[in-house]
Amino acid sequence: MSPQAQAPAHPQANTPSPPPAARRANGRPSTRTLLVAAALLVIASVVAGIVSGSTTVLVQALVTGLLTGGVYSLIAMGLTLVYGVLHVINFANGSLVAVAMFVSYLAVNALGLHPYVALIVTVPVMALIGAGIQAGLLNPIMRAPIHTQLLVTIGVALAFESLLLMIAGPNPKSVSLPGDFGVDIFGATVSVARIYAFAGALVLVALLWIVLQKTRMGTAIRSVAASPEGARLVGINVKRIYVITFALGAAAAGAAGTLVAPFTTIEPTAGATFNLTAFVVVVLGGMGNVPGALVGGLIVGLTEQLGGLILPGQSPLLAVFVVFLLVLFAKPQGIFGRSS
Amino acid sequence: MSFSTKTVRQPEPAAATGTLISRRVSSSNHTWNLVLVGIVLALGVLLPFLLPAAELGVAMRILIFALMGVGWNMMSGFGGMFSFGHAAFFGIGAYTTAFLLVEVGLTPWIGMIVGMIVSAAAAVGISYLALRYQLRGAYYALSTFAFAEMLRLFVIGNESLNKTVGFTVPVMFGDNWSMFQFRAGSPIYFWIGTAMLVIVMLFCIWFLRSRAGRFAIATRDDELAAAAVGIPTLRYKLTLVAISAAITALAGALYLQFYMFIDPDLAFGATVSNNAIITAVVGGVGTLWGPVLGAVIVAPLSDLVTELLRHPPEWLSFLEGLDGLDILVYAVVLIAFVLLLPKGIVGTFLGRRKK
Amino acid sequence: MALLEVTGLSKSFRGLQALKNVTISVDEGEILGIIGSNGAGKTTLFNAVTGAFAPDAGTVALDGEDITGAKMHTLARRGLVRTFQLMRPFGTLSTIDNVTIAVQSRGVRPESRARDEATMILARTGLDQWADATSGSLPTAVQKRLELARALAMEPRVLLLDEVLAGLVPSEREPVLELLDSLRKNDGVTMVFIEHIMAAVRRLSDRVVMMDQGAVLAQGDVDEVLANPDVVAAYLGKEYGDAA
Repeated sequence: MSPQAQAPAHPQANTPSPPPAARRANGRPSTRTLLVAAALLVIASVVAGIVSGSTTVLVQALVTGLLTGGVYSLIAMGLTLVYGVLHVINFANGSLVAVAMFVSYLAVNALGLHPYVALIVTVPVMALIGAGIQAGLLNPIMRAPIHTQLLVTIGVALAFESLLLMIAGPNPKSVSLPGDFGVDIFGATVSVARIYAFAGALVLVALLWIVLQKTRMGTAIRSVAASPEGARLVGINVKRIYVITFALGAAAAGAAGTLVAPFTTIEPTAGATFNLTAFVVVVLGGMGNVPGALVGGLIVGLTEQLGGLILPGQSPLLAVFVVFLLVLFAKPQGIFGRSS
Repeated sequence: MSFSTKTVRQPEPAAATGTLISRRVSSSNHTWNLVLVGIVLALGVLLPFLLPAAELGVAMRILIFALMGVGWNMMSGFGGMFSFGHAAFFGIGAYTTAFLLVEVGLTPWIGMIVGMIVSAAAAVGISYLALRYQLRGAYYALSTFAFAEMLRLFVIGNESLNKTVGFTVPVMFGDNWSMFQFRAGSPIYFWIGTAMLVIVMLFCIWFLRSRAGRFAIATRDDELAAAAVGIPTLRYKLTLVAISAAITALAGALYLQFYMFIDPDLAFGATVSNNAIITAVVGGVGTLWGPVLGAVIVAPLSDLVTELLRHPPEWLSFLEGLDGLDILVYAVVLIAFVLLLPKGIVGTFLGRRKK
Repeated sequence: MALLEVTGLSKSFRGLQALKNVTISVDEGEILGIIGSNGAGKTTLFNAVTGAFAPDAGTVALDGEDITGAKMHTLARRGLVRTFQLMRPFGTLSTIDNVTIAVQSRGVRPESRARDEATMILARTGLDQWADATSGSLPTAVQKRLELARALAMEPRVLLLDEVLAGLVPSEREPVLELLDSLRKNDGVTMVFIEHIMAAVRRLSDRVVMMDQGAVLAQGDVDEVLANPDVVAAYLGKEYGDAA
C-alpha cells in the first residue's frame, strides 16, 4: 500500500490484481453466489432447528431475523451509498442514526409530533448535518490516503457520541408509537412498529433507487462513483456531488433513526452498536450497492438469529462477525458485487 | 562515461493534504535517538521523586499509551498497514496474562511473555489472511476493526474467560517482585514501565536500522519495487505485524498489573484502538518518537478534562459535571490533527528540518 | 535454447484481453526491443513475465526452467530483473540506501560490503553526488538512473527495461545508452527493452518485436519490422522519429 503521492493513477495501477472472480460491472448478483448464500441459510436454519429442537423457536427466529434484518438494511443504506461514491467508510454513520433518534425524540416530545411525522424534521436536519460534515471536514482531504478520511469519520463519530452524552445525559430515552400492537406472524409475535420499519426499509431502497437511476442528480452521483476524473471532465462539480451524496447518506441514516426509534433504546452509545452490523451488511451486500444493502441486511438479521440458536450462550453477533470475516476473505465484493 | 552533472532543481513532490506518514530519510539520527532514550530513562527514574504520588496514575497512563502508540506505529506507520483494531493485541496481552495468573497461578513476568507471543501469532495469522487475500484500503481497515470486535464478543460469551466480569488480579501484601505486584501507588510500577519503554525503544531503534527493518521500510515505500529487487515482502510485513502486536500486548500486560483488573471492554473496546491511533497521529505517524510525545500529550487529557469538569472556571461553569466532554476533546484533537497537522508534531518538525 | 522463452502467454483483466497468445524468445546476450503504441500490452507482458501476476494461459521459461507464475522476488533474485516505467524509488530512503537494499537482498553481507558495492554502482551510473539525497525528491532524470542502478545491483542475467529513456532529454540519453552497451559487452547481460524512441531501438536492438492490442504483430530484424505494412498501419503511418 504505497502512500506515494506521485502516482497519478490509483495505487493499484501497477499492482495487477489476481484473476478476478465473477466481477459484475452492473451490480447484479452472480447467480452462483446467491445460490450459495441461500443454500447456506437453509442449512443454517435446519441446524438451528435441530439444535433448538423446536420449530416454533425456529420460526420466531426467522421472522425476527427478517424484521431485524430490515432494520439493519435501513441503517446501512446511507453507509453503502457514501462508500460507493466517496469510497469512504463512514464510521460516523451509526452516530448519525443515534443523533436522528434523539432529534426524533425531541420532535415527539417538544413539538408533539407523531413519531413517523417526525421524519419531516429529522431527514432535513440530518441532511444538513451530513452536508456540513462533508463540506467542512472531508472535502479538503478527499485526495489523501483512505485511512485519513476514516480517521476523520471516527473523530466525528466520537464527537457526536460525546455531544449526545453531554446534552442529553446517559439515561436512555424512549419514543413510543401510539397505537402500537403486537402482530402474530406464523406463531411469532412482533410489534407492528418493526413491521413498519421493515416496510420503511423497502420504501427507502425504492426511493434511493429512483433518485440514483431516474434523476439527473442521481446520474451525476453515479458518474462520480464510476470515475471522479471522468465526471470532472464532463463538467460535474465533483465536490458538490460529494456533499450531496453525504447529505443523502445522512438523510437515510436520519430516516432509519426515526423509524427504529419506537422500538430501540435511545442512548448516546447506540451509534456504536449500529455501526458494527451496518459494516457487515455493506460488505455482504456489496460496497456501494443499495439494493445489495437490503439483501445483506436480511442475511445479517437471519445469521444473527440463527447463530444465536446454533451457538447458545455466545453473543449472536459473534456468528455475524465470523461470517463477516469469512466473506471479507472469500468474496469481498459481496453478493451483489460493487456497484458500477 | 560522463553523466550530466547539471543540478536541475525540482520541487519536492507535494504531499497530498492529509498524508500522515512521515517521509524523511532514514538518517544518522542514531546518536539523537540514543540520547532521547537516555532522557526517557533519566526522567523515568526521577519522576516518582518529583511528582506527588497522586499523579503517578497519570504518569502510568502515559507509559501505557506510549507503548500502545509505539506498537501501533510499527505496523501502521513504518509498515503502512493501518490498523483500526489494535485493541485486539492489547487485549490478548492483558487477558493472557490475567488468565495465566488467576487460573494457573503463573507469574505475570512469564505470563506477559506468553501474551506477547500469542498476540504476535494471532496478528500474523489474521494479517497473513488479509494480505494473502489482498484486502486493500477500506476492506483491510474493516478487517482489523472486525477482528478486535470479534475477540471482544468472543470473550464476553466465553465462560472460561469470565464473560463480562473479567479478571481481577488477586491482591498480595507488600511488594512482591516475583508476582509483579507492589504496594498501591508504588513507584516501582512506574520504574518497571519505564524500563519496558526503554527496552522497546532500543529494540525499535535497532530493528529499524537492521537489514530486516530496511527491507520492511522499503516494502512500505513501494511494495512492488521491493519485490522487484528481490525482497520477499510478505515476510517482512508479517515481521512488522508481529513486532507491533507484541509491543501492544506488553502494554496490555502492564495495564493489567497496574490496575489489577481487566474486562472485555477495557481490553478490546474501540476506545483502546482509538487511543493508540490518536497517540500516534498527534505525535507523528511513522516517526520513532512521535507516539511517545503523543502519549505525553494525549494520556493526561482525560484527567485534565475531568479536573476541569469538577472545578470549572466562571465562564465555563455550564460544563460542570458534564459527562462525555473528555471524549469530545479527544475527537476534536483527532480531527484537528488529521486535518491541520497530519504529520503530527514530530513529523512536522522533522519535515521542516530537512528543508 | 533461449535464455528467456515466453510461449502462448495470455491474460485478460475484467474482460479486456491484455495479452493474446504472446510468444517471444530471447537468446543469451541478445538485446530485444519491444515497440508498440500505448496500451499494446508491453508493460503487461513485463508484469506477467516477472511474476506480478499469474497469466491465464501460456508459459514463461528462464534457462529452460518453467517459471510461470513464480513470485516476483524469487525471480528477481535469480537474475530476472526489471525497471518500471513510472519510477518507483523507496522514497523515504536515500539514493545509496535504495541501491544498498538491492545488493543486500542478493545476500551480500555485512552491510558495509553491500554499501561499498552500492557506491561502485552509483559511480558507474553517475549518481555519486546524489548518494545521500532523499530519493523521493530527486529530479526525474536522476530517478530514472536510480531505477537502473537498483536493477544493476541485482546482478541481472536478463534485464527488462520499461521505457528507460522516457523523460530524459537527448543529452541525458547518451550516457544511458552507453551504459546499456557496456552491460551487454562487458557483463553479458541479456536485455529486453520497451521503447518508443526509434533511434535508440535501432541502435541497441538485435531484434525487435512489435506489439499491438496485446498480440505480437511482427518480430525480427529492426528494419524489416518497421517496414512491415501491418506495423506501419498500426502506427497509423505516423513517423515515430526522434531527432537525437
